[in-house]
Amino acid sequence: MIVVNHLSKSFGDNLVLQDISTTIEQGEKVVIIGPSGSGKSTFLRCLNLLETPTAGRITFQGTEITDPKVDIDKVRRSMGMVFQHFNLFPNMTIRRNITLAPVRAKLMSQEEADETAKQLLERVGLADKADAYPAQLSGGQKQRIAIVRSLAMRPQVLLFDEPTSALDPEMVGEVLQVMKELAQEGMTMVVVTHEMGFAREVGTRILFMADGKILEENTPQALFDHPQHPRTQEFLSKVL
Amino acid sequence: MDFAQMYTAWKELLRAGTDLPWWQEQYVYFYQAFVEGGRWQRYLEGVGVTLMVTVCALLIGVVLGLLVATVRTAHDQQRPGRRNPVLGLCNALCQVYVTVIRGTPMMVQLLIMGFVIFSSSRDYTMVGALTLGINSGAYVAEIIRGGLMSLDPGQMEAGRSLGLNYVDTMRFIVVPQAFKAVLPALGNEFIMLLKDTALINVIGGKELVYAAQSIYNRTFEQMYPLLGVACIYLVMVMVLSWLQGKLERRLRQSDRR
Repeated sequence: MIVVNHLSKSFGDNLVLQDISTTIEQGEKVVIIGPSGSGKSTFLRCLNLLETPTAGRITFQGTEITDPKVDIDKVRRSMGMVFQHFNLFPNMTIRRNITLAPVRAKLMSQEEADETAKQLLERVGLADKADAYPAQLSGGQKQRIAIVRSLAMRPQVLLFDEPTSALDPEMVGEVLQVMKELAQEGMTMVVVTHEMGFAREVGTRILFMADGKILEENTPQALFDHPQHPRTQEFLSKVL
Repeated sequence: MDFAQMYTAWKELLRAGTDLPWWQEQYVYFYQAFVEGGRWQRYLEGVGVTLMVTVCALLIGVVLGLLVATVRTAHDQQRPGRRNPVLGLCNALCQVYVTVIRGTPMMVQLLIMGFVIFSSSRDYTMVGALTLGINSGAYVAEIIRGGLMSLDPGQMEAGRSLGLNYVDTMRFIVVPQAFKAVLPALGNEFIMLLKDTALINVIGGKELVYAAQSIYNRTFEQMYPLLGVACIYLVMVMVLSWLQGKLERRLRQSDRR
C-alpha cells in the first residue's frame, strides 16, 4: 500500500533520515519505536508529505506522491493523521471540526457529514460533545475527537504521531482503546509511540529506529523478546 | 447681559488696555476661539475631514495590508521544490514596498506625494488620505503577517493533513484565529493613523489642526484652539479604544465556552 524507497530527509546540514526503505501492506499495524531524535516523527510526516523528503520516493496505492506534480490534497484525503497535540481547531465546534474537511472536499453534503459525525462520536462515547468547543474538553476527549475527525474522511490508512504522549496517564487508556478497536476492524495503521504495551498487543510489525535509520524490524514477539541489534537491546532494557 | 454681549464688552475693554480680572480675560479668549462668528463649525468641519481621511486611509491600508500579507505569507509557506516564479516576483515587490515605506518618515512621504508626485492636484486632502493609506498598508501588512505566522503551525498541518487545500485551510482555520490575535495591534495601528492625519496639514489638507491654525492665525491666541483640538483627538481615540475593547471581548467569548 505504501512503498518507501531510499527516503532521506535533512534539515540543513542535519541528516534526520538516512536511506530508509520499507513497505507497508494493507491491513498492517506498523508501530515505530525508538529513542527521541531518531527520526520517527519525521519519517511519519514524510509519509503524507508534511515534510518534503530530500531524496527518495514514496508510493501510495500506486501513485508516486513525492512527484511534485501530484495533487497532494487528494492523496492526503485518504491518509488520516493524528497528532501528538491533537491540533483540533479551537475556533469551531466539535461537529464542525469533524465535518469541515469532508464537506469542503465534496465527499459528503453537510447533512451526510453531520450524520457521519454523529455516528462516529457515538462510537467513541462523545455524542454529547458535538456542540462543544475544543477548549471545554479534556486531553483524552480531544484526542478521541481528533481520531474521529480523521476517520470522517474514510481514510485508507491512519498515521499516529505519538498520540498519547501529551496526555495525563489516566487518559491514555481511553485513547488506546479507540485505537485498538480501529485495529481490530482492519484499519491500516502506522503508529509512532512510546507505549510498548500497545505496540506488543496491537502491532503486526515493529520498526526500531535510531539515528535516522531503521535498525531492526520484526514481529512484536520476536523484537521485544529477542532483539538482535545492540541498540535495540539497549533501548528496550531502558524502557521495559 | 448675555454671553455675546459680555464678550463684546470685555473685548473692547481688553483692546483699550484695561486690566481685566483673570477669568474675564480667559472668557474673552475662550469665546473668540470657539464661539465668535460660529467658529465651532470650523472644528466640526475639521473633525469631519479628519474622520473621512482616517476612514479612506484605513480602507486603503487594510486592502493593501491584506494583499501584501497574503502574498508574503503564501510565498513563505510554499513547498520547497514547488516555488511559483510569479509569486516570487510579487513577494519581491511587496518587500520593496514595506522596506521603503517603513524606512522613510511619514512627513517626507507626504511632502513627496503632495509636492512632487501629485504637485498638480488641488485635492490636498485626498492626496493626504492616499499617502496615509499607503503608509498604513505597510504596517498593517507586517501586523497581519505576524499574526498569521504566530499561529501554531500544527493548525495548518492539521488542516492540510485532512486534505483541505492551502486556501481553505487559511480561510477556515488560520485567518479566523489570527484575526483575534492581531486585533490589539491592529487597533493600535488605527489609533496611530487617526492621529497621523494631523500631518496632512503640511501639504494643505484642511483637517482638524488646520481649523485650529486658521483660527489662531486671526486671533493670535493659540492656547484655546490647540487645547480644544487636543481634547477632540483624545475623545475620538477614547471612543475608538472602547469600540476595540468591545470587539475583543466579543471575540474572546468562544475561548471560554
